[in-house]
Amino acid sequence: MSGIPHDHYEPKTGAEKWLHSRLPVVGLIYDTIMIPTPKNLNWWWIWGIVLAFCLVLQIVTGIILVMHYTPHVDMAFASVEHIMRNVNGGHMIRYVHMNGASLFFVAVYIHIFRGLFYGSYKAPREITWIVGMLIYLLMMGTAFMGYVLPWGQMSFWGATVITGLFGAIPVVGEPIQTLLLGGPAVGNATLNRFFSLHYLLPFVIAGLVIVHIWAFHTTGNNNPTGVDVRKGSKEEAEKDTLPFWPYFVIKDFLGLAVVLVVFWAIVGFMPNYLGHPDNYIEANPLVTPAHIVPEWYFLPFYAILRAFTSEVWVVQIASYVTGGIVDAKFFGVLAMFGAIIAMALAPWLDTSSVRSGKYRPQFKWWFLLLIIDFFALMWLGAMPAEEPYASLSLIASAYWFGYFFVILPLLGVIEKPEALPATIEEDFDAHYGKKSEATPAE
Amino acid sequence: MFKKLVTGAAFALALVPAASFAAGGGDQHIEDFAFSFEGPFGSYDQNQLQRGLQIYTEVCSACHGLKLIPIRTLSDEGGPQLPEDQVRAYASDNFSIYDPELDEDRPAKPTDNFPVNDALGAPDLSLMAKARAGFHGPAGLGINQLVKGMGGAEYIASLLTGYTGETKEEAGTTFYENTAFPGGWISMAPPLADEQVEFIDGHSNDLHHLSEDVSAFLMWTAEPKMMARKQAGLVGVLFLTVLSVLLYLTNKRLWAPHKGKKIS
Repeated sequence: MSGIPHDHYEPKTGAEKWLHSRLPVVGLIYDTIMIPTPKNLNWWWIWGIVLAFCLVLQIVTGIILVMHYTPHVDMAFASVEHIMRNVNGGHMIRYVHMNGASLFFVAVYIHIFRGLFYGSYKAPREITWIVGMLIYLLMMGTAFMGYVLPWGQMSFWGATVITGLFGAIPVVGEPIQTLLLGGPAVGNATLNRFFSLHYLLPFVIAGLVIVHIWAFHTTGNNNPTGVDVRKGSKEEAEKDTLPFWPYFVIKDFLGLAVVLVVFWAIVGFMPNYLGHPDNYIEANPLVTPAHIVPEWYFLPFYAILRAFTSEVWVVQIASYVTGGIVDAKFFGVLAMFGAIIAMALAPWLDTSSVRSGKYRPQFKWWFLLLIIDFFALMWLGAMPAEEPYASLSLIASAYWFGYFFVILPLLGVIEKPEALPATIEEDFDAHYGKKSEATPAE
Repeated sequence: MFKKLVTGAAFALALVPAASFAAGGGDQHIEDFAFSFEGPFGSYDQNQLQRGLQIYTEVCSACHGLKLIPIRTLSDEGGPQLPEDQVRAYASDNFSIYDPELDEDRPAKPTDNFPVNDALGAPDLSLMAKARAGFHGPAGLGINQLVKGMGGAEYIASLLTGYTGETKEEAGTTFYENTAFPGGWISMAPPLADEQVEFIDGHSNDLHHLSEDVSAFLMWTAEPKMMARKQAGLVGVLFLTVLSVLLYLTNKRLWAPHKGKKIS
């Protein structure tokens, strides 16, 4: 499967040969977990495993929750409290599922920013990157619909606000909104279809995860230097790589275990820290909460959505040019999705010949600013829509787009990258010393 | 330097997510009560929960329901933990429930939930301690919740003690000035006063203590499995820490031959 030369599974016994000639499943598993992996991967590369773990965790806890949950507007809220009070271990399962979503997004954001820094999105890994972005979009959809299911105040009003965004699209917007809601407003039909889709989408994600893994197993992993693994011969490749099992499995599990210490402490000691108190009030279509705030992982893009009001000159121009079709609301929706599309386009916007940000002296600082920008947007997304937050949101949004559409293309032309190590082996030995000088264990 | 900054940023992402941002702190004054159930090792004070139950029953239940709470859970571990015969007596003495099968009211049984009480439009209190946050700051970041907790119980206690005595009338409704209530004016008359409830054991019953006790009780109704949860949290954290250490040692040994370092 991999382009890196390595040993493949050879069936030895009669039974193995019998199976292998009919269904080479053992070979597939062997080749997958023994894939040669650049040996210089650092700790930023553990988040893939964390993400895989999260997906399984959410599916398993979710399936159990479904056994006790009732998707009906009159019973959903009480059925969640039934899980919290009467189901054996139900309170832990529900809190794990609830905070599992946050862990999922912490992991996916670090994973994405790792890719952005080390240039993992660049050729030949564009498909891996695009599939990853699709997974991220589906995650957001799944998380959003999952948040509606407990039928609290934030569930209801979050659903009202977010589905309202689709209504901002000209012509087709309102039919789409009605289709999403199953009626003119958020109600029982909405809850039922969100429940159905919330159960379906994780399995679609699982399918895409397989494609994601397939894609980067074809190209091989990127690594902190961005230098390719030597593929001339097996011997050469083995100087740059180690098999995924056991080296990276154990390393990634160590990372996962440390992450889970923090995760479990949050579940055990402060499970509602990341939630919103209003969601412990049953949904009431007649009472609007003072502040409708999405979950933290949506805040950066929510800030971008709100930043483009009708006072902003870009919006005014867009409105004038399109004869009013692109109004402030629609512009905001376009900006929000545009912010994600900008990330997805990174492989074609980045013109630098060097993959890794480690060797790009100017890029580093722009990237750091992007991280700060991301946190700033997250904070601004939670603030009320008033000054000075509105202006700050606009500046922060502008930087987000500026990074992808101006800085990435320009830097490739004006920046002079530092010298790259010739091989991954050289980089690894520079850190840890040469293998030949050491006494092997045992 | 750069690496450190990025690492710092990532930790910030992991530890200080912006979730609990909620505006509306501003003019409210929430006193920081020292409840026994705060922190990773805090636990409910059984006697306090029983006193809180008495206050709820004698005072709050006149207007507020606890519709999500099964009465039988009063005998659960980690709660007020009343003996089962007392719970049975408590249910039948205090509440009557409409039974659709009999088509009439009958005395409540432990298997029933506390009755719904929405006659005066007062909110149900089952989850009140989790539906309000006492602490939001600084700058709406919610970081102080890491130390102080969400402060739902503090909010309730501050509300009960926060009446200034001022009243105003608007559209035929009397509003009472309250320093903890958003907006400063609440339509609930001061429900508690000094010595309003007498305890058998003679525990002090000034307004401050009564407010604290009933808030603790409402924290329990909102989060009845808190003690089991914290125990599971502690066991899990210890287990995962040991697992991390073992994996660290395994990983170190596994990689040593490839890292040009000696291992004995």
